[in-house]
Amino acid sequence: MTTKAISLPQSQPREHEQEDETREHLLLDPRPRSELNRMVMESMLTTTPVFKIVLGILGLLAAVCLFGAWIYMGLTGIGVAGVRRPSYWGMFIATFVFWIGISHAGTFVSAILRVFKAEFRRPLTRAAELMTTFGLAAGAMYPLIHLGRVWVGYWILPYPNNRWLWPNFRSPLVWDMIAITTYLLGSTMYVLLPLIPDAAMARDRSTGWRYWFFRILALGWRGAEGEWQRLRTAIQIFAFAIIPVMFSVHTIVSWDFAVSKTPGWHSTIFGPFFVAGAIFSGVSAVGMILFMIRISMKNMDYFIRPEHFDAIGKLMLIFSFTWAYFYFNEYLLAWYGGDLSDQYVWQALTKGDFAWLWYLMLICNVVVPWLTLWSKRVRRTPWMLFGIGFIINIGMYTERYLIVPGMITRNRFPFMWDSYAMRIEPVIAVGSLCLFLFLYGLLSRFIPLIPIWEVHEGQVATMLRRIGKAKVPTISELD
Amino acid sequence: MEEPEGNGKWGMVVDMDRCTGCGACITACSMENNIPFVGEKDAAYGRSMQWIRVERNWKDEFPDIVTDFTPLMCQQCGAAPCESVCPVFASVHSESEQINLQVYNRCIGTRYCGNNCPYVVRQFNWFDYAKDMPEPLNYQFNPDVTVRRRGVMEKCTFCLQRIRRVEEDAKAQGRPVKDGEVLPACGQACPSNAIVFGLLTDPESQVSHESRNARALQLLLEELGTQPRVVYLKALRSPGSLPVK
Repeated sequence: MTTKAISLPQSQPREHEQEDETREHLLLDPRPRSELNRMVMESMLTTTPVFKIVLGILGLLAAVCLFGAWIYMGLTGIGVAGVRRPSYWGMFIATFVFWIGISHAGTFVSAILRVFKAEFRRPLTRAAELMTTFGLAAGAMYPLIHLGRVWVGYWILPYPNNRWLWPNFRSPLVWDMIAITTYLLGSTMYVLLPLIPDAAMARDRSTGWRYWFFRILALGWRGAEGEWQRLRTAIQIFAFAIIPVMFSVHTIVSWDFAVSKTPGWHSTIFGPFFVAGAIFSGVSAVGMILFMIRISMKNMDYFIRPEHFDAIGKLMLIFSFTWAYFYFNEYLLAWYGGDLSDQYVWQALTKGDFAWLWYLMLICNVVVPWLTLWSKRVRRTPWMLFGIGFIINIGMYTERYLIVPGMITRNRFPFMWDSYAMRIEPVIAVGSLCLFLFLYGLLSRFIPLIPIWEVHEGQVATMLRRIGKAKVPTISELD
Repeated sequence: MEEPEGNGKWGMVVDMDRCTGCGACITACSMENNIPFVGEKDAAYGRSMQWIRVERNWKDEFPDIVTDFTPLMCQQCGAAPCESVCPVFASVHSESEQINLQVYNRCIGTRYCGNNCPYVVRQFNWFDYAKDMPEPLNYQFNPDVTVRRRGVMEKCTFCLQRIRRVEEDAKAQGRPVKDGEVLPACGQACPSNAIVFGLLTDPESQVSHESRNARALQLLLEELGTQPRVVYLKALRSPGSLPVK
């Protein structure tokens, strides 16, 4: 007993150290609600000339590179893209998978972490959810961009027509269309729901056209107890309902490949593997966007702190492990199975034209995160996390590139083997990235990026309690 | 997947022992089916369009080198991988002829069928090649076959227009289709008669006889469950193979 009594105080941090540590946490550093409101309104209304110029350039690039190039391609023919036999799908589909992957971040951060009551998510949810919406908007264009005859693309929809024709419900592309539409609608509603109280706050503090804009978004919110109760119930239902939708979307995207007979694609592990990869790149992208918000918007140092980068960094590391586990499984089983056509695919990736990309992917997705993210100091440094997130997203893009044009260059007839070369594809890919950043930047000045009521709720619910000599942060249950 | 019963199964036998790799089938097919010429640049890029290709496979080392020629066209799968993946039913199965068809007007150009075809025989119209056809040459187009525009898939149809013409003639004369009456362009052009065409459902047809030949190989990629309709007869020219009886 006596030895324990002596050893206990030593393991505890000293009083003033603990004080510093608690100030680091957003939820233990409360400010009055009016102050929070003021800070968020200010962040929304402050625009520097540099920001306007950057936004203008992004918008211009999106218009020229994405829509301009797309129109040119529509007028000339899909042949201006680099796709050729046997890679009938190319970088467009790789970029499509990439954007759908990015869109998984929002749901993961705001729905899964909400359901599991991870408190650090509070200031990040809306920033992540907006990534879902815009990521889907950028990604959903690609199946149309890559069509040979985009002007009749609506034939994939089950609409009443005088030929009495349905789309082919056996085709994974129809499943895709249904899954992505569901996810886009669901996630948009999931962004708008928690926005209601914040929009009402902004409505009460704005004039002119902004007042009308927020008035529409706020749906007549007054903040009555009954309204709060219904809102909480609705968010709870949506949070649970959108999780299976999120899993199904990327599983179905993976089925575009997995249900085909093409060697390398025909794999039973593609569903969970794609979901893990999607969350991996999505979470890394959240880390990147948080950094960009922090440097480009006023008052964000208060809301987005090293602790949030720390938490995102841990998630990145965990999903890097998960991704590597699946990738190793896929590679190992193809090798162990001994099917000749699979062997040729893996030879092409590891030794052929694509070998440098394959090693680049492994370095970006495994080596870099595993060597850096274990360190707390790295995780808590925002610009470093931004850099690692950028590298991971390059690696994940490479992975999609290797799967889509890479694997189909090797089929069962060596006479028909060929490589893949891109032509107009990178221009359109850059254009869609610019569109994403442009929409995000634009919306960051129109809707509050920080869910104030959630932060406030967390700050009220969290407090330090003394247990013996130690001070422990405690959270009271709200629902 | 079970196939619906129709008028009969059309099938083909390709005798690789007789094939000399001359390429007459490719030319005849292009003429018959209005297959566009993509031009030197696109052909070099890997976009040449042929509904039938002759694969050259080299065996052994010089000087004992042996060339095998494999004419490869759409295998008209009974359970075709290209059909199930098309979102708009552009790739469909013909119930009466039991072959695999492409509805050009319905195709939206997702190119999924091209990826999923294990035989890599589907061709895509990357540009409006037919439009670039200079003035007198457009008179060579076969009026029985659609000229495809850009953005659609196409592939071998077993010369469906010829099958239909013979079937309709036979119907008008009130008689069954005779064996050997239908001949696709490739079979007609083949100088060594390496391509035999007919009804597989008729046990007395020449194609049925040939398909029971001892040299008949396992159907191409049969293990994938595609139920192909083209039977290949083994070439006996390679050293070390069985002598011809």
